[in-house]
Amino acid sequence: MKFEKNNYKRYAKQHARRSPLGKNCLAAFLSGGGVCAAGELLYHLFSGVFRLSEKESGLCVSLVLIFIATLLTGIGVFDRIAKHTGAGTLVPITGFANAVASPAIDAKSEGYVLGVGAKAFTVAGPVLLYGTAAGAVWGLIFWLTKRG
Amino acid sequence: MKNRILIPEIQPAILGFATVGGRREKEGPLGEAFDLIDASDRFCKKTWETAEAEMQRLSLCKALEKTGKKATDLDAVFAGDLINQCAASIFGLVSFPAPFFGIFGACSTLTEGLALASLALQSPGFSLAAVVTSSHNCAAERQFRSPVEYGGQRSPTSQWTVTGAGAYLLSARPEKGAFARITALLPGIALDSGITDASNMGAAMAPAAADTFLAYFAESGERPEDYNRIVTGDLGEEGSSLFLEFLEKNGVKNVRNHEDCGALIYDRTRADVHSGGSGCGCAGTTLGNRYLPLLQSGKMRRILFAATGALMNAASVQQGLSIPGIAHLVRLESPAAGKEEVWS
Amino acid sequence: MELTLSLCKAFLVGGLLCVIAQILIDETAMTPARILTLYVTAGVVLGAAGVYEKLVDFAGRGATVPLTGFGFAIAEGVKEAVTEQGFLGIFTGPLTAAAGGTCAAMLFSLAAALCFSSKPK
Repeated sequence: MKFEKNNYKRYAKQHARRSPLGKNCLAAFLSGGGVCAAGELLYHLFSGVFRLSEKESGLCVSLVLIFIATLLTGIGVFDRIAKHTGAGTLVPITGFANAVASPAIDAKSEGYVLGVGAKAFTVAGPVLLYGTAAGAVWGLIFWLTKRG
Repeated sequence: MKNRILIPEIQPAILGFATVGGRREKEGPLGEAFDLIDASDRFCKKTWETAEAEMQRLSLCKALEKTGKKATDLDAVFAGDLINQCAASIFGLVSFPAPFFGIFGACSTLTEGLALASLALQSPGFSLAAVVTSSHNCAAERQFRSPVEYGGQRSPTSQWTVTGAGAYLLSARPEKGAFARITALLPGIALDSGITDASNMGAAMAPAAADTFLAYFAESGERPEDYNRIVTGDLGEEGSSLFLEFLEKNGVKNVRNHEDCGALIYDRTRADVHSGGSGCGCAGTTLGNRYLPLLQSGKMRRILFAATGALMNAASVQQGLSIPGIAHLVRLESPAAGKEEVWS
Repeated sequence: MELTLSLCKAFLVGGLLCVIAQILIDETAMTPARILTLYVTAGVVLGAAGVYEKLVDFAGRGATVPLTGFGFAIAEGVKEAVTEQGFLGIFTGPLTAAAGGTCAAMLFSLAAALCFSSKPK
């Protein structure tokens, strides 16, 4: 059979059924907005009712959202929700929590050291590494400009 | 070009088989046909990998039981799966006192095994061989994609790895009650598809599948209409349509009797499997669940069956290498010359 | 009334940040891990440029809950650390700012691994 792989690659890409962008975006907007609005509500709860400082309230919001996302991951529900919500649950801190919890739970079969311990950051590791690296670069720039 | 079709002198008979599956497979259109189902997908094991191994063990046990054979009767076992270094086959079948060949052909493993077993049975002294293949959705997910509980979205071209295993017993002697005879083989040639998107395996396998069938039709002078069905392994909806386009472009037009195991195994309107099923367990269970009973009863007389494989691993995809496809073909004929089902 | 308005702002900005990521996933075939990395890095850059602070002032949790907010927190933390400790702040700043979220994710995940196993899909 005559076969041109470069042409085929292009053709297959055109041929492939595409993700329903409009529907996905709407779902991401509603769910992502919902998570953030829930965060805002919690923030008002912590700062208004519990009289925590701005920083403390912000951290408490993160803690609650991370806890919920990790729990949903543990009971096997997070992926079922995320299948529909897409970026709406990926981009908020819930996505980061799921990215740490899911490999940790998954790798349990290889033990707690080489499994859970070593593999917990296989998905979320890049976020920490490049977040830290970008932060350090900014720190260097800030330090240089402050001196100069 | 030299001949690619092999006509075995001794036509191996498929004596019996057994299939094992999980929850989604049970809910599919062929769910009733499985011999054993565990709706928890765990098969009483702690890890997904050992669950898959257990499916292999159960399927071979059941196939031996159904045909009244013993493990010591086996002259060779050809087995393969998707887990690194064929671990499910090894750990599933290590308890059988039979010569063992571990094989890898990705999702084409079933027909690779049938072809190799058929060749082995040509040797004097080889009379009974088994072919066992399996895949497990969770074991495959965590090896090839992301952790089982990871919340990601799948693209419409992606396929769902089947949780299932199938074991087939082949005999060099024609025996009573056989399901089908293997009357021709066409070993596939690996063809680099150029596709780098691991969530479009159907497109990666379609050229190789087309190459195999076109070679068969060109050399035999036959046409798809000469068969009750021409069957591919797990091209899915996406790959099937590309496959038919390749046939069309190369002069094999208006194919109306093509079926794909990946497109058949799930009810795609209900199960969330996108382009269809995949994995060694896809063709590995569908051959027995659907086609062998039809051949045995004479409702179908001849089919061409080619399991299709996407040859890659997790690292090759991350390194950006394109995915070669492969398709090994077997011609299966009914042992009984019964009435033919008319396809429409 | 003020609460309703702040909830709406958080919803709108948070939702839009997610829509941008969804478009990137569907149209450029970027993997989720790349999206997260891009977002956290973008948060650091926008935080350093002083832009993200305005978004946080406007949208509150709508800007801090998405992963760009994590990057913003890193940028702010680094700035604070360098101001206090000078050069060494470059090293202590990034992880100090990210400590709460990261530590929580680690601890909860460890607990989840102890309590749960993955479920068949």
